[in-house]
Amino acid sequence: MNTTIMLFLLQDGITNGAIYALLGLALVLVFAVTRVILIPQGEFVTYGALTYASLAAGQMPGTAKLALALGIGAFAFDLFAARKALHGRLVLRSVLTNVVLPAIVLALTVHYAAQKPPVAVCIALSLVIVAMIGLFLYRIAFQPLAHTSVLVLLIASVGVHLALQGLGLLFFGAEGQRGPAVLSGSFTAGALRFTGQSITVYGITIAFIVGLWLFFGLTLYGKALRATAVNRLGARLVGIRTTLSGQIAFLLASVIGALSGIMIVPITTLYYDSGFLIGLKGFVAAIIGGLVSYPLTAVAALFVGIVEAFSSFYASNYKEVIVFMLLIPVLLLRSLAAPAVEEEKD
Amino acid sequence: MQSRLPILIFALLMAAIPFVPGMPPFWIVLLDNIGLTALVAMGLVLLTGVGGLTSFGQAAFVGFGAYTTAVLSTAYGMSPWLTLPLSLLVSGLLAVLLGLVTVRLSGHYLPLGTLAWGLGLFYLFSKLEFLGRNDGISAIPPLSIGSFKMLSPGSIYYAIWVAVIVSALLTMNLLDSRTGRAIRALRRGHVAAEAFGVHTPRAKMLVFIHAAVLAGLSGWLYAHLQRAVNPTPFGAQAGIEYLFIAVVGGAGYVWGGVLGAALVVVLKEVLQSYLPLILPGSGQVETIVFGIMLVALLQLAPGGVWPWLMSFLPERTRGKKPDTSLKLAQRARSAGQSGVLLQVEKARKQFGGVVAVNSVSFDVQAREIVALIGPNGAGKSTTFNLITGVLSATSGSISVLGNKVDKAPPQEIVKLGISRTFQHVKLVPDMTVLENVAIGAHLRGHSGPISSMLRLDRADEAKLLAEAARQIERVGLGEQMHQFAGALSLGQQRIVEIARALCVDPMLLLLDEPAAGLRHMEKQRLATLLRELRDGGMSVLLVEHDMGFVMNLADRIVVLDFGTKIAEGTPATIKTNPEVIKAYLGVAA
Repeated sequence: MNTTIMLFLLQDGITNGAIYALLGLALVLVFAVTRVILIPQGEFVTYGALTYASLAAGQMPGTAKLALALGIGAFAFDLFAARKALHGRLVLRSVLTNVVLPAIVLALTVHYAAQKPPVAVCIALSLVIVAMIGLFLYRIAFQPLAHTSVLVLLIASVGVHLALQGLGLLFFGAEGQRGPAVLSGSFTAGALRFTGQSITVYGITIAFIVGLWLFFGLTLYGKALRATAVNRLGARLVGIRTTLSGQIAFLLASVIGALSGIMIVPITTLYYDSGFLIGLKGFVAAIIGGLVSYPLTAVAALFVGIVEAFSSFYASNYKEVIVFMLLIPVLLLRSLAAPAVEEEKD
Repeated sequence: MQSRLPILIFALLMAAIPFVPGMPPFWIVLLDNIGLTALVAMGLVLLTGVGGLTSFGQAAFVGFGAYTTAVLSTAYGMSPWLTLPLSLLVSGLLAVLLGLVTVRLSGHYLPLGTLAWGLGLFYLFSKLEFLGRNDGISAIPPLSIGSFKMLSPGSIYYAIWVAVIVSALLTMNLLDSRTGRAIRALRRGHVAAEAFGVHTPRAKMLVFIHAAVLAGLSGWLYAHLQRAVNPTPFGAQAGIEYLFIAVVGGAGYVWGGVLGAALVVVLKEVLQSYLPLILPGSGQVETIVFGIMLVALLQLAPGGVWPWLMSFLPERTRGKKPDTSLKLAQRARSAGQSGVLLQVEKARKQFGGVVAVNSVSFDVQAREIVALIGPNGAGKSTTFNLITGVLSATSGSISVLGNKVDKAPPQEIVKLGISRTFQHVKLVPDMTVLENVAIGAHLRGHSGPISSMLRLDRADEAKLLAEAARQIERVGLGEQMHQFAGALSLGQQRIVEIARALCVDPMLLLLDEPAAGLRHMEKQRLATLLRELRDGGMSVLLVEHDMGFVMNLADRIVVLDFGTKIAEGTPATIKTNPEVIKAYLGVAA
């Protein structure tokens, strides 16, 4: 085997793996806090990427309008839920976050889209838009189902995925898009060429892993989220608002998804439906990490990325088969290693 | 048992539909698709709704069925009727292979594992040369009887719906049997089922194969309806879709699968044909609306549509009381049996650094009531788990009638005539008291899944139910026999557990806090029952916190504190033992 090829494959694998790691982290986060297996994570990726690419190309992304529409929906849900005790402050807060904020963002987007804004503005707008979509989705689709079984939540998650994917086609068309590099320039080290983009990918992934670690280890909100993950009822009894935990989890997941999308769209062309497969590979990593461990998920994601890079070189036809079948032995080992305690199911 | 009449009416109705004058042929196509989908969904009902095993991979089994017949009938020119058993066999065998890996997966790993191999197999279908890669296989011969070829959707309609109705009947028969009760107990965890001799991995494998064979049947029909196969309908999306069809219909109900299939197939069709008229514009609007409706439906009826519809019907008539004159064979007992029944010697159990049970020794004689008492955390329930094989001891030995049983699994322990109840009640809440108790007699019946499906198990089944009914009346819950176990008070549920344990025909009964949650009169009745059992030749080992109850009932008392035995003796000596008083009150009184 040629060392140069190997190094190239390794580099490629690590770059992809870093993205999978981010997505895996988001999936673990959402699952742990809300028990939702977040299949729409892939749509957060494509929405982030394509919103960014559209803005950079001077087009108006439909996602900004979706955010406002969802926000109005979330406001309606809030009103309905609070119909027996409608306080002014509550309504005001709901209007501000659910209607006024997305309206302002929509106005900004319309304003900037016409004049091909700088990269930083595109990134900021895309992140905010997708973050709001994530937050409102939780309010509309998942919060009313929070008490149901993992299975029902999973099916709801599939429904959201279908709807978002359909909307993606409506907003961005069937054509693929690419966006401008976040950080241009490159340098070479030995046989390898590092682009600014790949360095950004590594940097942001590491920053997020450290950030999440600090957030969960040191902050009160982080600890509240962990408590919710362990025991919803117990968390509520000590005064943690579990809906707030769910909102934070979805907010983080959508930001992470959008960020991942923005980082890969300069490297690969993304289509409205590319997100599903990318998300699933993050999933593979998350599962290897047991849906609980962040560092293990990150390591597993790098492993998935590398396996994918090598199998696409040596057996490109069977690339997906290999990546997904990889899971079976891992799952088996995990199950056997898991203590044989009885799970109390309801 | 539910009446067969509604099913007969349904079958006649379905048979009459093609004869309705002016029936658009397209509706028949839709009904064909509903039938094909319903078969897969029905398997998922059993697997996911009843057995608690969530699978995203069922589309792959449809693929196995379809590709098997496609390859054999095109490349080898076999008759489709010959490929039917082979299609089912291939689906079933591959289910065994995948099942060996999959059903061992616990918790959330299971659905994710099925998603993984579902995706992997889809890519495999689309890459393999002999399956025609992405193009698939075409020119598959139609089904034919003599010279009659089922070329039109209308002619294969009967084949599809006969398959659906027969499968539904067989599946319902299976659920209403000895094996079915074992399957229905799976969703609530494995400890209780195993304590009565159910081999839970085997039961899981059985439902897995059943669901796969139904999916394979659907695939076989699909191949001969379309007369062409390609990988697309067997992908992960389809696998996910089958699962949500089952959930939408009502994942715990066989007819929920059929209803879910009808709802989803019709809804998709309506959306696809009418939405573009209302909302002209580019593609996929129906996907968006479909996704939104799915979420809305779940928010309105999280249990599915079938149970929601059923709740409008008047409550079903109560099942009839089994004929209690039928008797099961009893365990051979040596007359006037005496001597040591259970011997626990220096049993020790460590969880990491915690010693839960520390070198505890005691025995239970024949015809004796022994109480195991001690403050919370003394290791009483752990001792129970060691005796019944739920946990294995770190060291020491446990013997029954002189035979060592240290490493025996729970299924073997119960065969020796030791049955138990649980501190935290482990009943299946959506099964009736009678059905729950009948699980206790699992090992005393012999009918397997095939004979249950074909209703050849009725004689055996009647005896099991008779035994269950007898034990329920013995513990005084005859009135509640046909209520759901979940509807009873906690105290009554504990009594149901005792009836279930009695169905084993035990020599030794292990009761974990049987009197908790009982009222005074109920406690007295329980004490009377336990004395009767002892006088009838049974031994009882019980854990209990109600001192009055224990002191009046037990022949002998063993006291544990922090995992160590601190005293043993008759109630009178225990009452005055300074060690015991110290353990309970903190200081010597």
